[in-house]
Amino acid sequence: MLRQVEGSRAVAEAVALCRPEVICAYPISPQTHIVENLSQLVKSGELAPCEFVNVESELAAMSVAIGASATGARAYTATASQGLLYMTEALYNASGLGLPIVMTLANRAIGAPINIWNDHSDSMSQRDSGWIQLYAETNQEALDLHIQAFRLAEELSTPVMVCMDGFILTHAVERVEIPDQEYVDAFLPAFQPRQVLDPDEPISIGAMVGPEAFMEVKYLAHAKQMQALELIPEIAADFKDAFGRDSGGLIRAYRAEDAETIVLALGSVLGTIKDTVDELREQGVKIGIVGITSFRPFPLDAVRDALSHAERVVVLEKALAVGVGGIVSANVRMALAGIQLHGYTVIAGLGGRPITKASLRGLLADAAADRLEPLTFLDMDWDVVNRELERMGASRESGPHAENILRDVRSVAAGPV
Amino acid sequence: MSAPAIRFYQTGSFAVGNRLLDPEQRSVQAGEQRMNSITCGHRACQGCGEALGARYALDAAMRATNGQMIAANATGCLEVFSTPYPETSWRIPWIHSLFANAPAVSTGIAAALRVKGREDVRVVGQGGDGGTVDIGMACLSGMFERGDDVLYICYDNEAYMNTGVQRSGATPPAARTATTQAVGPEPGNVFGQGKSAPLIAMAHEIPYVATATVAELRDLEAKVATAMEIRGARYLHVFVPCPLGWGTASKDTIRIARLAKESGIFPVFEARDGEVTDVSKIRRQVPVEDYLRPQKRFAHLFKPEPRTEVIARIQAGAERNIRRFGLLGDSESGRSESGCAGADGEGGA
Repeated sequence: MLRQVEGSRAVAEAVALCRPEVICAYPISPQTHIVENLSQLVKSGELAPCEFVNVESELAAMSVAIGASATGARAYTATASQGLLYMTEALYNASGLGLPIVMTLANRAIGAPINIWNDHSDSMSQRDSGWIQLYAETNQEALDLHIQAFRLAEELSTPVMVCMDGFILTHAVERVEIPDQEYVDAFLPAFQPRQVLDPDEPISIGAMVGPEAFMEVKYLAHAKQMQALELIPEIAADFKDAFGRDSGGLIRAYRAEDAETIVLALGSVLGTIKDTVDELREQGVKIGIVGITSFRPFPLDAVRDALSHAERVVVLEKALAVGVGGIVSANVRMALAGIQLHGYTVIAGLGGRPITKASLRGLLADAAADRLEPLTFLDMDWDVVNRELERMGASRESGPHAENILRDVRSVAAGPV
Repeated sequence: MSAPAIRFYQTGSFAVGNRLLDPEQRSVQAGEQRMNSITCGHRACQGCGEALGARYALDAAMRATNGQMIAANATGCLEVFSTPYPETSWRIPWIHSLFANAPAVSTGIAAALRVKGREDVRVVGQGGDGGTVDIGMACLSGMFERGDDVLYICYDNEAYMNTGVQRSGATPPAARTATTQAVGPEPGNVFGQGKSAPLIAMAHEIPYVATATVAELRDLEAKVATAMEIRGARYLHVFVPCPLGWGTASKDTIRIARLAKESGIFPVFEARDGEVTDVSKIRRQVPVEDYLRPQKRFAHLFKPEPRTEVIARIQAGAERNIRRFGLLGDSESGRSESGCAGADGEGGA
């Protein structure tokens, strides 16, 4: 059924269609609406049988999901930003134990400075936690990826994080197709756990493993993600058969066949990039896009195939690896091992800074002419940065960065003081 | 259960002879049907109070649930010594996730069981004092206030023993640990710190909170049985001496636990809905010195010369417990002073 709903509502309904049995939730913007909607569906009886547990922290949220999943229940939670970091220890635990929990991540910045707006710093910080990470471009894709995520997680017995841009997607009201229950039931079989706590057949889960077997046990998480490289496209194909939509998969190319310049990015920013690329194409620029849907596992072969014929790649990232630059870029470079091609890293949109078509147009034109620095910060106000650097150089007691910079930004806005 | 007409106490202890009781009153552990929830072959130290407490508590819980039980364990001694890969001492479904989250994992298990209509299967969470009163306190408090159907058992040996005897929020004043060394003008752990997890549990007004020691294992079993008759969040705090961390002889674990109770150091009580409903009276009060002296963690209180002021402060703490919980006075029935003579009187290390 086509409906005009908020992204969070769309995801909540998609999750409900997957018949989760235990949902645990701790409020953190911008995922809050998702679990609010789910709590309503559980309380009203529309989603049954299902236990909705209001927990006291994100660590507890993931831990309740761990206990529920290990007892054979389909478990779901959602978080964002600091909340993801607060559950970090449990994230590694869930993947190490091989528990197929599905979690929505409404992508958001990480403090300090505290900031509630969108970027990818949170999920990128957990890229090596053993969770599969799928990134949605649109609310429709976010909805679809959740249905695929439960199947993927349970087939591999490994957890899946569906990443959707906070506010940009979660709070955007858009038209989405919400599938009927019977189709979802046909697509997603009942959860058949690989391991379950059962008094009739007692097992121990979570034993201490020493050097004699630790590498082998850890490797299994990697092996599952390598299997996911095969399974993700299969599930996307099945999904298309069942629901008639292209959603998911490893990567998604756009006007890339003959492109000399390829922009690579993840998430909702792909929409703005597509519009910009269309305009540049009209001007005769041979430019295209590769969108990454599966960041973990990282599809090295698919990325290599998609980029190998291009002359340059611009990796646009909504996160910063402090001290080196790009996170996605490093993975792309790995995919391009042995291939000579200009590579540019663009850090953009941190803490919710808008990524506008105007900025992208200039950036991509510079890139196509190889006028770009290897590491670029889109729309960075260098005057403000330099002023603070000068203050730091002038005095050991220059004070807190954020407050100094905010003062500068205000005075700049107000004109010279 | 009706009280037996006659009680015979073993010489030197307060344990009643098992064979003299009605079968249904006999200790779970003494029965052939005991479940051996944690079975032999684990790697606990000799004289480990936690291994003993866990064995009695879990077998009693298994009896009470007719074998329908799942346990979640915090990281700690109990977890490490019971499951060195690929071996396991657990004959019950058992999961270990993290240090801080055993109560929340237990909640998840309980939620899964409820959604599946398996409320006949019960959940026990367990951990040491570090995993309970310190790093696990938030998850524990959350589980309590939601009233999740979990019995959480804390085996309290008053420090982080698994990592080499560091101070926890349950470490008593003056005790030497690796992070409260017996040096300086005020050696050992400082006074005025630490917390009572049972009282914190009671503040949540959960239906059942109890304390127990490994000196009175029938009492421990009975409290587990009581706890399993109740639905909702329940808390059991078991005092378990640690020969390694306390510097006590392995053979003295039960004696030390008894001295903790008999001195008033560790009050043994039950509370329902936030109110104390029953206490185990001190049978014959002993000075705290009797409890402190056999433990190397308190050796600096006696050598090179006695620190009588410090001992007096600890005694005052015990007296406060005695007043607060009403630990002195007539116990319910059957107390036999003549049967009490024996091991308790000896205080020497």
